[in-house]
Amino acid sequence: MVSFLFKRLLQSIIVMFTVALIAFSMFRFVGDPINNMVGQDTTQQERDDLRERLGLNDPVPVQFGKFIVNAAQGDFGRSYKYQVPVSDLIFARMPATLELAFVSAILALVIGIPLGVYTALKRSGIASKFIMTMSLVGVSLPPFLIGILLILFFGVILRWLPTFGRGEVIEFTSWSTGFLTASGLKSLILPSITLALFQMTLIMRLVRAEMLEVLRTDFVKFARARGLPDRLVNFKHALKNTLVPVITITGLQLGSLIAFAIITESVFQWPGMGLLFIQAIADVDIPIMAAYLVMIAFFFVLINMIVDILYYAVDPRLRADDE
Amino acid sequence: MKLRHGLMAAAAAAAIMAAPVAKAETFKYAFQGNLSSLDPQSLNETFLLGSLGNIYEGLVLYDDNLGVIPGLAESWETIEPTKWKFNLRKGVKFHNGNDFTAQDVVFTWKRALTEGSDQKVRGSKIKNIEVIDDHTIIIETPAPNPILTADLIYIYIMDKEWAEANNATEATSASADNTNNYANLNANGTGPFKIVDHKADIKTTYERNSGYWKKIDSNVTKVEFTPIKEAATRVAALISGELDLVYPVPVQDWKRLDEAKGVKALAGPEARTIFLGMDQGRDELLYSNIKGKNPFKDIKVRQAFAHAINLDAIKKKVMRGASIPSGLMIAPQINGHVPDLNTPYAYDPKKSKALLAEAGYPDGFEVTMDCPNNRYVNDEKICQAVVSMLAKVGVKVDLLAQPKSKYFGKVLATGGFDTSFYLLGWTPGTMDAENVLSSLLSCQNKETKVGLFNLGNYCNPKVDELTKKVGSETDQAKRNAMIKEIFQTVKDAYGYLPLHQQPLSWGVSDRVTVSQRADNGLDFRYVVVNK
Repeated sequence: MVSFLFKRLLQSIIVMFTVALIAFSMFRFVGDPINNMVGQDTTQQERDDLRERLGLNDPVPVQFGKFIVNAAQGDFGRSYKYQVPVSDLIFARMPATLELAFVSAILALVIGIPLGVYTALKRSGIASKFIMTMSLVGVSLPPFLIGILLILFFGVILRWLPTFGRGEVIEFTSWSTGFLTASGLKSLILPSITLALFQMTLIMRLVRAEMLEVLRTDFVKFARARGLPDRLVNFKHALKNTLVPVITITGLQLGSLIAFAIITESVFQWPGMGLLFIQAIADVDIPIMAAYLVMIAFFFVLINMIVDILYYAVDPRLRADDE
Repeated sequence: MKLRHGLMAAAAAAAIMAAPVAKAETFKYAFQGNLSSLDPQSLNETFLLGSLGNIYEGLVLYDDNLGVIPGLAESWETIEPTKWKFNLRKGVKFHNGNDFTAQDVVFTWKRALTEGSDQKVRGSKIKNIEVIDDHTIIIETPAPNPILTADLIYIYIMDKEWAEANNATEATSASADNTNNYANLNANGTGPFKIVDHKADIKTTYERNSGYWKKIDSNVTKVEFTPIKEAATRVAALISGELDLVYPVPVQDWKRLDEAKGVKALAGPEARTIFLGMDQGRDELLYSNIKGKNPFKDIKVRQAFAHAINLDAIKKKVMRGASIPSGLMIAPQINGHVPDLNTPYAYDPKKSKALLAEAGYPDGFEVTMDCPNNRYVNDEKICQAVVSMLAKVGVKVDLLAQPKSKYFGKVLATGGFDTSFYLLGWTPGTMDAENVLSSLLSCQNKETKVGLFNLGNYCNPKVDELTKKVGSETDQAKRNAMIKEIFQTVKDAYGYLPLHQQPLSWGVSDRVTVSQRADNGLDFRYVVVNK
């Protein structure tokens, strides 16, 4: 167990280091931040001084070394644009993204699993065929377009829901929540649907495929032969056995929900980390970009590790190898 | 003119006094970018200065038409060519209740010259400020400066006591060594609005300053600003009625706004001139198939380029009829504009071909064009149009269109003016031609710091000499004559190819009446919520 954990940890560190390196070297190609930091009348001398003070004239390995050492201590430097520590910015934005991702994950599960079960059980029903066709749309339409269409329909034409932003938020020390106000909840609806749609269809299709597989197995046939009611067979025996891969996928997808929130956040001007990142790219705000990428990599690595450990706990075969 | 202003102010004052206590009117708007700082000296950018102009004020102000009107100075006079006496307004208070005095002016000026300031250029227009009494100062300039007041507009006066109490006596710097500058996230000005909540990049809330010294048109009591990056989201938020004003609106969305109920597109000419520049400095172009010489050094080639470009077609096809073709490097709103010279070079592809043949390029040549793709209105499309027009006369242009941060990093001084042919836009920050003369038309000179945005190094010593004189000539008539002479010279030499003034493009709800300033500034003083 210990050696297993140690191996995983070592891999994670290598992954983090690689991401940091890639992120850092990528920024050499996004342009010169100085032009976004000064006005057109700023003299050349002042521009050069600024470069020097920001350390942009240091050799790349030195810049990278400084970055790694500081990042390991949670210090990502100061945003070029806002003049405040990047970690403050990221932490201020994190609640918005996490709340959005959380609601989307719940939506995807609560709608995706029942639909998957239904379409597996009533394979040739008209409703199932309709749902399957619609799910294709969900998988193939880009979230950007879905978001715009939702805004157009529910925001502009019907005027039921707000088209952008997070509504009123309530602050608890360092966490701002939109869950406690009517406008906050209303603002959540469109972005969370947009973000959830892809995951929802993915989960639905996964559950359906797994269900079909399990329904064919002997123990289900046997359960039916025992004369158990359908409800019991379908949900107690079949569904339970499909959930293992579903849980894995959902765990991993939570990471992508957070990462892919970028598009949804920029369509809805949702003030989360993704939006911060997109704007940082436009402004060539390198410290924010670096911090964001490392942060997201960290989320993925962390979630992966937890899933690995869960496997270890759940699957007796893995443990058996140790002995 | 003065009298009319006075009358209008009196009428407005009477109207306000007669009206019952106004109820809360909230004005909500969105812009594509964000308010990066509340420190008026942190960044010399139109949006930042325009927004902060509602909180802070200079000694003089712009009116809704970019005219210069008295601000924190009641009146001024030139006592010597380099000495100006300003009588400061009495009884003005900062938002925190402190009195505005001469000491604040001196403090602000000194702060503008500190390390992190992006207003050093404006600050350096003042050599010394002599305090006569609490409400009289004498500003000394390094050289006679006929347009000093234009430079004073964006030197926003800050409160000395406030800055000292909060350790904000130096400008917010773009580098990390100036930690937690209080003025970066807090503001204390004398303007008609004060900040009640500022979350950079998410939302900024302003409230009316009830003790403002001047009666203003606006009946707005609260303003909410949200940056919205996506154009489609901005437009949707306007049409859905959540916002009262959004800008900029893509030119192609105008029709949609006009068709929607309760909103309209508000388009006026911006004071920004879009133009093409050619490398006339190097002996061999960096990006061309012609080796050993520089075709752009030949006036016939520049002339051929000028006559190959169809400005009307660009206006019609690319700008949806909303640009104003220009023959000058400055817009009509800019002081020093010469209407006679504003006729663009005529579109004449035949002449263009003949000129190229005369210059020794009967089959044209190849050159690379640098173009931003997210800086000006339809910038990349303009470049594409230019490329196809030049192709018709035989010049093969490779277009390199990039985001502004890459583009500016390449073509500006920091990138070593790494371009052969480029598109650029320019609004003189002072609204005076002198800024264009010294930044764009003078020879590149790193020591005297002129011509640093003259990326193609168009160079004529006569222009340089005249520009210096324009900088210190106080007689307006003589000054304008010299400005005209310079523009004539540059035009005859085909030194630059002006294209047009681009349109301002705002989307406005019928709920409000606003004044669209030609520098794209939004002044809350002129925002009225319709009853």
